[in-house]
Amino acid sequence: MHAAQAGDRQAYGELLREVTPFVRALLRRYCSHRQDIEEMLQDTLLSLHRVRRTYDPRRPFRPWLGAIAARRGIDGLRRRLRVARHEISADARSYETFSEPAANDDIEALRARDELNELLQRLPVRQREALEALKLRQLSLAEASAASGQSVAALKVNTHRALKALRALFQKES
Amino acid sequence: MQTEQFIEQLAAGLEPVKRLRTPAARAAIWLALVGCAAALVIASYAHMDTALPRLAIPRIAIECAATGLTAIAAILAAFELSVPDRSARWAWLPLPPLLVWLGASGLGCLRSGLLFHDGSAIGESSHCFIFIVAVSVPLAVLLFAMLRRARPLNPIPVAAMGTLGVAASAAFLLEFFHPYDVTAIDLALHLAAVAALVLLGTALRRPLLRS
Repeated sequence: MHAAQAGDRQAYGELLREVTPFVRALLRRYCSHRQDIEEMLQDTLLSLHRVRRTYDPRRPFRPWLGAIAARRGIDGLRRRLRVARHEISADARSYETFSEPAANDDIEALRARDELNELLQRLPVRQREALEALKLRQLSLAEASAASGQSVAALKVNTHRALKALRALFQKES
Repeated sequence: MQTEQFIEQLAAGLEPVKRLRTPAARAAIWLALVGCAAALVIASYAHMDTALPRLAIPRIAIECAATGLTAIAAILAAFELSVPDRSARWAWLPLPPLLVWLGASGLGCLRSGLLFHDGSAIGESSHCFIFIVAVSVPLAVLLFAMLRRARPLNPIPVAAMGTLGVAASAAFLLEFFHPYDVTAIDLALHLAAVAALVLLGTALRRPLLRS
């Protein structure tokens, strides 16, 4: 540090690299999040740089550095608490991220599609074919009849029964 | 940015710096400069014929000495606290003389039982307030110019101690321009001036101390 005060860049770089593990260990007392620790570490090094003229070579270096790290650790902790009070972290695992209900529509639509597919699989084959052809693919009765091999009357009856069965399944599930 | 890159940038931009003197030495320089200026002002303008007999009274002498000691202790504490590795307990140093100062002034008011000076109005007590604030400003300019060179990491106690020291110095000087006993109104205004300065200095700590 004495050499760094005199402007020795190489000695300064070596010193900063050497103290990094010590500072990181000190900062772990204030935070366990890796990225935040790195941010506090850089804050500490920047503060050290700014106040380097206050270091007195007749006094030990570690308490001086430790005091700077402790101050930046406390500041970092305060910043984290302040942010936590106003913001919610937006990572991929949290679905209830936003207070606006419309923001969750996409994920809810995906879930609804999965649930519907599961219920459709439980219907008898003829009913499922009729429902898929007429309601999901929106074919005409004649097209659906040609595609499925069922008569128009059978398609109508099977669609009606399929909807009724689905309604019953939904009620049972919920 | 990666820490390694950050270190390289810091090292690449390193310029030599002039090491600061020890906090005690810097406090002594400020106190010596202000002491010389105060001595000149007292010698030139103070009402010594009324001030000296007052200072011979033990209670007033104690009050005056406690005011001066509060100033010295607070200035020393401000310089010590401006450096990272000094104990936060320095902030307690001005407390004993401050309590003696307040006690001696308070006792003076109680004993004399005065609320106002004979035949004077409240307007005259406000001169003390103006005096303390007006004298404190140039002293604070010099003090903060010296303190900000250390770029204190925790500016609140530094600013509070600094302004307390400055206000106490002004109150010490006031003793030589205050040819009558302190009344309750005077004491309240002295304290109001000191408190206002401490609050103002603490509120303006970031621009004043570059931290």
